[in-house]
Amino acid sequence: MSDTDIDPPEEAVQANVPEDADVDYEEAETQDSAAEEAAKHVPEAIPLQVENLTKRFGGLTAVDGASFEVEQGSLTGLIGPNGAGKSTTFNCVTGVLEPTAGTVRFNGENITGLAPHQIADRGLARTFQIARELGEMTVLENLMLAPMHQRGESLWRSVLPFTRGSVVEEEEEVLEDVWETLDFFDIDHLADEYAGNLSGGQRKLLELARVLLTDPDVLLLDEPFAGVNPSLEERLLEHLHELREQGYTFLIVEHDMDLIMDNCERVIVMHQGSVLTEGTPEDVKADERVLEAYLGGEVET
Amino acid sequence: MSVSDRVPDRVSAVGSSDPAKIIGLLAVIYAVYLVLGSVAGIDPVSNMTSLTRWIGLFAIAALALNLHWGYTGLFNIGVIGFMGIGVYVAAIVSKDPVAAGGGGAVGGATGGLGLPLPIGMLAGAVAAALFGLLVALPALRLRADYLAIVTVAVSEIFRLSVRNGNIASFDVGGLSVGFGGGDGLQLDWGSEVELLFDALLLGGVYDSLTVAAEQVTGSPVTADRIGYALILLAFMIGYYALLQRMGNSPFGRVLKAIREDEEATNSLGKDTDRFKIVVFMIGCGLMGLLGVLWFMNAGGGGGSINSTQFRPDTTFYIWVALIIGGAGSNTGSVMGGALFAAVLYRGPRFLQSVIDKLTETDLGRFARQTGFGEAMAPIAGSFDVIPLLLYTVTKLQSLQLLIMGLVIIYLMHNRPQGLLGHRKEQAAAISLSRPDRRSDGDRAVAADGGVEDE
Repeated sequence: MSDTDIDPPEEAVQANVPEDADVDYEEAETQDSAAEEAAKHVPEAIPLQVENLTKRFGGLTAVDGASFEVEQGSLTGLIGPNGAGKSTTFNCVTGVLEPTAGTVRFNGENITGLAPHQIADRGLARTFQIARELGEMTVLENLMLAPMHQRGESLWRSVLPFTRGSVVEEEEEVLEDVWETLDFFDIDHLADEYAGNLSGGQRKLLELARVLLTDPDVLLLDEPFAGVNPSLEERLLEHLHELREQGYTFLIVEHDMDLIMDNCERVIVMHQGSVLTEGTPEDVKADERVLEAYLGGEVET
Repeated sequence: MSVSDRVPDRVSAVGSSDPAKIIGLLAVIYAVYLVLGSVAGIDPVSNMTSLTRWIGLFAIAALALNLHWGYTGLFNIGVIGFMGIGVYVAAIVSKDPVAAGGGGAVGGATGGLGLPLPIGMLAGAVAAALFGLLVALPALRLRADYLAIVTVAVSEIFRLSVRNGNIASFDVGGLSVGFGGGDGLQLDWGSEVELLFDALLLGGVYDSLTVAAEQVTGSPVTADRIGYALILLAFMIGYYALLQRMGNSPFGRVLKAIREDEEATNSLGKDTDRFKIVVFMIGCGLMGLLGVLWFMNAGGGGGSINSTQFRPDTTFYIWVALIIGGAGSNTGSVMGGALFAAVLYRGPRFLQSVIDKLTETDLGRFARQTGFGEAMAPIAGSFDVIPLLLYTVTKLQSLQLLIMGLVIIYLMHNRPQGLLGHRKEQAAAISLSRPDRRSDGDRAVAADGGVEDE
């Protein structure tokens, strides 16, 4: 562990879905034909598939049959004007909200309606629009919290004398990873600071560092650049590109069109709750409907 | 890197000085009570044992509540209810059996299952924990303030239920047991201190304590009082050690994270509902055990419990103790419990008796002869405040609640985090300094004097 790089997730490096995916696909084939179709046409390197996602709040339809895919190892941007349903889509995918209809598949598995912690557990992690640092805990504690399935999270293992040793051992391993992550993001000088005392940009870094420590395959970042100064934005982007090269997959919600166009290889445009268009930045730029949506023009349905 | 250089020093300093802080505070409290007590001629043994009793009880209570509120942010204001469940169940399990139909609903005549007291205490704790589960399942999904409403309601429901005549006495397997209704229950399971010492195979210690107490003071009851004080101190240390260990672990880290932001913690893959339920049950169990310790009244001669003792004011006393000490810190909880017991809870009464003893003739007569009107009258006439001051001194004990209120207001304004709240107590099983730095240090030590490895 001499290099300061973060270990890429194993599945991500293999650019493949898990072994048990076949079984899931077979079940899907017998169960409904739509899923069967999707499974046939989609190459295996599509970790995240959203189909006909719909979310209604009473009479308001926030997301209206949105369907899109996120390719393995890509930096995919999700853009759209205010109220297009981006955040609601995010919340439905990550389990914070339960979709009214539609399915979310992750690595071939239907994860629609699972609790947020179950979805995070499967390797689909998220950050929040407004950084959710744990203010009265230090940066170190924030990061030590993140790794999944720590032995010491079981009360009895933490307390009982004959199992405490193994907890301490694992804490030492976790601590090493945490310090590597701190170095990677250049926030090691803040290690002992309360997270609540960090600046807005530092909180964004902390949140990204924390979510990486959960060892995800796909990261959903909700406006990671909001309220971040240009030099820190530059650093964040560098980190994202570096992590993508290590095999992580990103889906980024962002308002800033230029930022998305310059950095993402695929762009999904949402408007009025559904996906307006999807493609490379060039395709999207050429699409007149996108411009109309942003400028508030008429859109044929 | 100045920060990381500082970390190990700070951590080790906190580790070694926390018990020292508690012992220091206790030493000051005991010294003041001993000196004032001896000046006033109060029996030092009863003075010390009764002081220790309340310090121990409030420290234990604050520790248990700190697990709920300080660590996890669970707003439990039904503490007394869970304590009540603990002691009632312990009573039913451990009281001497009475044959069915024998006692009826006559107070004190209902029996128990006749099992040993330690089993009764365990049963009380388990029952309180299960009751906690019952409350937790629907209520923990609610926001903090709704949980507060549910807990205080549940504790009141418990208090009113045990008063109900229908469950005052019933038959279980040929034995008459029950909650005693409005008459309450006699805790006639024998000398608690002797039973607990025996359970720890320390019966010999208890016997010699009794002999010694009889020789010195001429009363074997003193041995019970001293033994009770020792038991409470032992439980206090046990609770403290357990909760420290729980807090300084990945488990405790998740609890703190739930307190800070439950949704964010959930998004990191932690099953926050499960953690909340587990910790709520553990805390309630600890409160149930505390209930038995609180009401067993060892050395006070035959304790008894009655629904009137389970009013919510005890819950609020415990909250005051926790707020004084600083929510989130176990060390703070113990110190807050000790300070509350010594200064706010027993302080006015103690000071009153000291003043009474010192100025017996003057104040005693003054208190008997002067009412509030007579004390106020000279102010109106000649701006003479002396009678009012004297009157206030003679009524110190009645001002207890007022003083508590003033202290709370002062704390909320000037130090809302309490004595030791908002202190960096990193929740981890190890020191969080940079590992390679530390292992370098270890290697250096080993190279210098690596003899002990062989």
